[in-house]
Amino acid sequence: MTDQALKTTPLNAAHRALGARMVGFGGYDMPVQYEGVLAEHRWTREHAGLFDVSHMGQCKITGADAVTQFERFVPGDYQVLKSGRQKYSLLLNESGGIIDDLMAGKPDHDGLFVVVNAGNKDEDFAFWEANLQGDAKLTVLDRALIAIQGPEAAEVMAAHDPVFNDFGFMDSARLMLFGVDCYVSRSGYTGEDGYEISVPAADAERIWNAILKDARVKPIGLGARDSLRLEAGLPLHGHDIDASTSPVEGALTFALSKSRKEAADFNGADRILKELADGPSRVRVGLSVKEGAPAREGAEIADLDGNIIGTVTSGGPSPTLGRNIAMGYVPPAFAELGTDLKVLVRGKPAAAEVVAMPFVAQRYYRKPKV
Amino acid sequence: MRFTKDHEWVKVDGDIATVGISKHAADALGDVVFVETPDAGKAVSKGDSFAVVESVKAASDVYAPVSGEVVEGNAVLASAPETVNADPEGEGWFAKIRVSDASQLDALMDRAAYDAFLATL
Repeated sequence: MTDQALKTTPLNAAHRALGARMVGFGGYDMPVQYEGVLAEHRWTREHAGLFDVSHMGQCKITGADAVTQFERFVPGDYQVLKSGRQKYSLLLNESGGIIDDLMAGKPDHDGLFVVVNAGNKDEDFAFWEANLQGDAKLTVLDRALIAIQGPEAAEVMAAHDPVFNDFGFMDSARLMLFGVDCYVSRSGYTGEDGYEISVPAADAERIWNAILKDARVKPIGLGARDSLRLEAGLPLHGHDIDASTSPVEGALTFALSKSRKEAADFNGADRILKELADGPSRVRVGLSVKEGAPAREGAEIADLDGNIIGTVTSGGPSPTLGRNIAMGYVPPAFAELGTDLKVLVRGKPAAAEVVAMPFVAQRYYRKPKV
Repeated sequence: MRFTKDHEWVKVDGDIATVGISKHAADALGDVVFVETPDAGKAVSKGDSFAVVESVKAASDVYAPVSGEVVEGNAVLASAPETVNADPEGEGWFAKIRVSDASQLDALMDRAAYDAFLATL
């Protein structure tokens, strides 16, 4: 039975036909697993996993002022972003907190195509509606979004259309695929090579099934999506970053473009530049948990004297590494790689060490320079 | 074998009850990645959380279906937690408890009653 309060994606019937276990996530009835989280996780690392991420928000921001207006609330340089490219960025509030993290690109010659998190999309869209000025218009797109991730993703998609080979990591394009108007980017949320493909809702099931026909592809639920992104060191908004955390605290300074820092002309620039100069009060780090149970969201982090210094924001077993990993916030004095700490799980201290993220090496595809 | 509404099972031999989680519970949890079983000598009361089982996604308490003293925790589960999925109602047992009040067993469901209970969920 579908929970009445939950929305469905255009692939809901397909998930049920595949025997998925469904859960509520971000307001949607979504597949958490099909055959099992561990098997799906490993399949994605070794072959190709197919994900329904249609719950995420998709929109266009168009008009002569689209890019300059969009830039007021993000720290990335979108004016220099080339057509056919996309960039990860952060929607910031006035105090530099992260309202959401997002991907925004220039797949066509019509402003920006933006993908935001499911749980935040209503708030994000309302924010842009309220704050975009001049000739900048928000159009919410009611489309499905399908991700294919894993080392065999490129070969699988090239068999459908060789054009997939032309994409490098973070390339973005609008083109006809499977006979319909699609937005494609070579990106994802697993640390693997792969694509995210925005398709018309009415064509979603046909395209999903066409991609699934390939024996190298299996459907992957949100359970493995979470463990894959954790291994890749990628933060989950609402857990690892939120409206109180800045990009500096969130260890996302790569999203701060040099030109924008110099101009200091985006929401929260004062706080963010001050934290860059003086250091933040806390910073997101990776932890290797060396003994005992997985340390999950909410577990306290202590120094070796037992003083509570921070909190775990995500954690669990790493199927690839065969040990428990976590991310959380600690003061910068405890953020050096190799720092020995403790995590408290159900009151029991377990040894943990600050380690580099990603925990598992990312394998994005970068086009050879010609 | 008898069952609780919290999906634990109990199998009694003399005054020793072997306790685990049902196949239904193991299937619902999915891949078990960590199990914390109680140490021998621990006194447990019926309804106490006496063990923890963790899937990839979450930790769940396991409740004592009877009162008594733990005589053994299943050490195999520390290194092979997946045994809970592979054989939940056999090799995947959690603990053996010396039962202090055998009358508590009467309140538990037999297999037919438990299957009927599952059908109502």
